[in-house]
Amino acid sequence: MNIIFLIGFALMITGFWGMLTQKNMIKIILGLAIVETGVQLIMVAFGFIEGRTAPILDSAVPVKKAVEMIVDPVPQALVLTAIVIGVAVNALALTFIIKMYQKKKSLNITEYRDLKW
Amino acid sequence: MIKRLFSFVLLTGLGFVFYYALTNITASRELTGVSAEYAERGAAELGAANLVTAIVVTYRGLDTLGEVSVLFLAATGIAVLLRRKKGYVQARSEDKRGSSEILKTGTDFLVPIIVMFGVYIFMNGHLTPGGGFQGGAVVASAVMLQFLSNPSYRLNHTVFGFIESMSGFFYVSIGILGIVLAGGFLDNRILPLGNFGSILSAGAIPVIYTLIGLKVGTELAGILDNMRRDA
Amino acid sequence: MELQQGIFILMGVAMIVSSIVAMYVKDLVSSVIAVGVVSLFASILYLILQAPDVAMTEAAIGAGLSTLIFLYALKRTRDTEEEND
Repeated sequence: MNIIFLIGFALMITGFWGMLTQKNMIKIILGLAIVETGVQLIMVAFGFIEGRTAPILDSAVPVKKAVEMIVDPVPQALVLTAIVIGVAVNALALTFIIKMYQKKKSLNITEYRDLKW
Repeated sequence: MIKRLFSFVLLTGLGFVFYYALTNITASRELTGVSAEYAERGAAELGAANLVTAIVVTYRGLDTLGEVSVLFLAATGIAVLLRRKKGYVQARSEDKRGSSEILKTGTDFLVPIIVMFGVYIFMNGHLTPGGGFQGGAVVASAVMLQFLSNPSYRLNHTVFGFIESMSGFFYVSIGILGIVLAGGFLDNRILPLGNFGSILSAGAIPVIYTLIGLKVGTELAGILDNMRRDA
Repeated sequence: MELQQGIFILMGVAMIVSSIVAMYVKDLVSSVIAVGVVSLFASILYLILQAPDVAMTEAAIGAGLSTLIFLYALKRTRDTEEEND
């Protein structure tokens, strides 16, 4: 299972690297999207248990034996909502970028120095 | 230069933290704590075959309500920031080339099927994988297809706004009914649990997830419509 | 188990390469598409990790709607003559 954690951590590092080094504001938000994917992957991997099946009860997974046969459903429920929140937050950030572009006609973050002394 | 150094140091530190975490993770072998409790009692208590749905709608229902409110606030923020002036008239869509006949016919054929699929997903959320968020996203994808194939398509904001506010209102109302008739806020046992595994079972879970699906679908469609340039 | 490990490694390499591509290329449209590819592979991984609910959400929202939202934002910040508001 360590491979999944490795993928998640690598995605997070790549995303943070992009957010810290890029100048283009849309690229920064793309980096944030990559970090989100990495975090969600790690959270789902924490709930995974080798050799078990999805948390849906049917004829193959009887109610009585559920505890021994399913993977952890709680991280899945948390990640489910995190994905929807993530896209809404990204859309809001992009809206701010669109408004800033309309004022200054530039996507370069180093040109926005109004709050810098 | 100093900024480069700073980000390099930060990333190296992060890498060390991750390395430490990676070497100390032990894969879990058993369900523990609250998860085991949900897996043991979830089906008998709530009657939902899909335990993820049971957790999202009922056990952690308050979280879901908060999440839907965050989505609503984000959609409202986008609409406020990107609103048009009163005198703005749509001038440029006329000189755009319209879409071809094949594209139009294909879209008209596909959109109802996609919407129907989305409704199927959120009505069967308590039995099969899927639910309000997935079904809502599929419904929004139908609107997305309409936007992509027909640039001059206008969203009917009155209908969408009405559906959105009504589903939010009824979602909270059902939650409050849970306090009055059953164990607590957003308790699904205000309706009979029914036969385990049939579509009309699990109490109020199908109703709540349908409302969530309608709300999420209309909100995502609204976000797409606001991000589009000439609407 | 061997097959599963192989699939994980292949997917992981594809995801990490496309995330680095997304941060490295100059063209913003390619960058957005690369992030969509990362989301798509992530949804396949969720399916292998026995999380079908999360896989559906990621495929519909992460790979579909989110990509289109980014492309709309690109289109609105690209034109030199923006409608004056």
